[in-house]
Amino acid sequence: MSDTHVRWTIIEPAKRWPALGLGELWAQRELVYFLTWRDVKVRYKQTLLGVAWAIIQPLATMLVFSLFFGRLARVPSEGVPYPLFALTALVPWTFFANGLTQSANSVVLNQNLVTKVYFPRLAIPLATVLAGAVDFVLAFVLLLVFLVAYGVAPSASWLGVVPFSLLAIAATLGVGLWLAALNVRYRDVRYAVPFLTQLWLFATPIAYPSSLLSGPARTVYALNPMVAVADGFRWALLGTPAPSAATVAASCAAALTLLASGAYFFRRTEQSFADLV
Amino acid sequence: MTPAIRAVGLGKRYELGRTVSRDRTLRESIVESAGELVRSIRRGGAPAEDREHWALRDASFEIAEGEAVGLIGANGAGKSTLLKLLSRVTSPTVGRAEIHGRVGSLLEVGTGFHPDLTGRENVYLNGAILGMRGSEIARKFDEIVAFAEVERFLDTPVKRYSSGMYLRLAFAVAAHLEPEVLLVDEVLAVGDAAFQKKCLGKMGDVASSGRTVIFVSHNMDAVLRLCGRAILLERGRVSEMGGSGEVVASYLARGGTTARPNHWIDLADAPRSGSGEARFARIRYFVPDDEASVPRPDGPITFDLQIDANAALSVASLAISVRSQTGVLLVNADVVEKGQLIALARGPNRVRFALEALHLNPGIYGVSLWLSHAVGQAIDHVAAFELDVLDLSSRGLGITPKSIVPCRFSVTALRNGAGEFDGEG
Repeated sequence: MSDTHVRWTIIEPAKRWPALGLGELWAQRELVYFLTWRDVKVRYKQTLLGVAWAIIQPLATMLVFSLFFGRLARVPSEGVPYPLFALTALVPWTFFANGLTQSANSVVLNQNLVTKVYFPRLAIPLATVLAGAVDFVLAFVLLLVFLVAYGVAPSASWLGVVPFSLLAIAATLGVGLWLAALNVRYRDVRYAVPFLTQLWLFATPIAYPSSLLSGPARTVYALNPMVAVADGFRWALLGTPAPSAATVAASCAAALTLLASGAYFFRRTEQSFADLV
Repeated sequence: MTPAIRAVGLGKRYELGRTVSRDRTLRESIVESAGELVRSIRRGGAPAEDREHWALRDASFEIAEGEAVGLIGANGAGKSTLLKLLSRVTSPTVGRAEIHGRVGSLLEVGTGFHPDLTGRENVYLNGAILGMRGSEIARKFDEIVAFAEVERFLDTPVKRYSSGMYLRLAFAVAAHLEPEVLLVDEVLAVGDAAFQKKCLGKMGDVASSGRTVIFVSHNMDAVLRLCGRAILLERGRVSEMGGSGEVVASYLARGGTTARPNHWIDLADAPRSGSGEARFARIRYFVPDDEASVPRPDGPITFDLQIDANAALSVASLAISVRSQTGVLLVNADVVEKGQLIALARGPNRVRFALEALHLNPGIYGVSLWLSHAVGQAIDHVAAFELDVLDLSSRGLGITPKSIVPCRFSVTALRNGAGEFDGEG
């Protein structure tokens, strides 16, 4: 047994500049696994459609977008059939939007744990985002079905979705950590999140191609990490032009900044979670 | 020997108003901060002392390895805060503590149980939350399930469990945690007698296997049975530390949650009924040979009453009765049995009741007073106070008797011809 070695637990006032405690989080990775597993198991319990909800969301949005943006507004789609064009970006987007909403509420929803037992608090939003990744995989399978139905031939470039998925996870977790910690103190967050995701949707090339923008504006635009994710997914699966190096660099830098600052902000405020929640 | 826990000047300050409103919004926060700023300017910049509350202050103590220590005190004395600090649920405002070894805390039974998950799933989830590894849970799984006696319902969601089954399973997981230091908060106050017995037994095993236990309870009897030492907290400070017998006795002597001995209890506000021609004004109780102590199960007890009468009258029935917490009348000492009338003069009258022996097992009992004429309505009937009966002499790991009346008995194995009592075969 690995727990036989005796260690010291030090209890001290909250530090102004706490360490990230990633080592402790790693040591408790089984807890992250069990919390993820719980979130996955519980999410669709007692629902009629069950796990189908994971694909209904992007599918329904795709239909609405195809009708209004594709048919009526005739938004360009870089030569790809509009439904496929929209769905390719909607799959990572749905993961991001749901991840924000769920991780924002995660600490508050788990207040019975937070006020009663100690464990690395980062495990809570992390498990929430990872549980969302399971839905993401299911939605991705739906996307593959559409690709085949539209006659897109599988190619090695499809593997390109892997790094862009990681970027999406980093961005979701980064924003999620900020929102989760803020929501403990200010329940305003709960009301602001739906509004935030709605605005964010229009600031991301989901319903339209990012080629509508050009020049330096496009790099500024790419500070939204989901820009590179959406463009990257379309490039890898649909063969549209690859996102520029500047776009990828800006999105990655923004995602990593959000992730690092979010983790840090979370750690700094978590010491008072039990008193505030 | 190395201490398992060493605390130096631990303190926890809460800012009042900040923790009270659970759903705090940004707007409230801005309004509050602005209000605070105005008040601060009026005070000339001094901090708002009245808005702070020290739930715990200057707590310093050492607990040796393998020791079982009871943490006692009235509600709000800081027991739960201290336990939360030691279990790292929240961090102290000042001070420092060091704990040697893995800490397991049991601040609530069933923390993290999810109603929609099955018993089996919850064992794994709860175990992981309490700090067990998956392999460790798998190894102890059968033991946990056997302890909880829920084998048949393992694949049923726990929301369909009876509350007893739920508690048994939750406690079983926690009881198999095997940390070096175990912090327990009042979990034994739940469940039926058989379950409590099991919990106490399991906690006794933990304590006697050389682990360190800190046990918060309002049940003085459990503290005495389980803990060699006790810490008494009063208004956030450690007011006494020492052998659990003395600390518990002094806590009870200071009032505890029940009425303290040899101390007049004013009955003006006690719940009462009756015509009111005469009224019980106050009462005190004490043990004749040791006036500061709490009554023992077999020991004597004396009550002094003061009755204020509006006019001179003689009464046929004057009684002290003791009821169990479920309201069963256990003792009724009534002068009507003696067939003598008690003459009360106008104004205050003193009456003394001396009971030779209580014959009640340790526990908390309700004492009420009765005054009436030979027939008819009560003149005064008062639910006076709660009485703690305690056995300070017995120590060690045992179980609170389930019965109310103590009974001395011996057991002998009978050989041959004892009918159904067939001893060893």
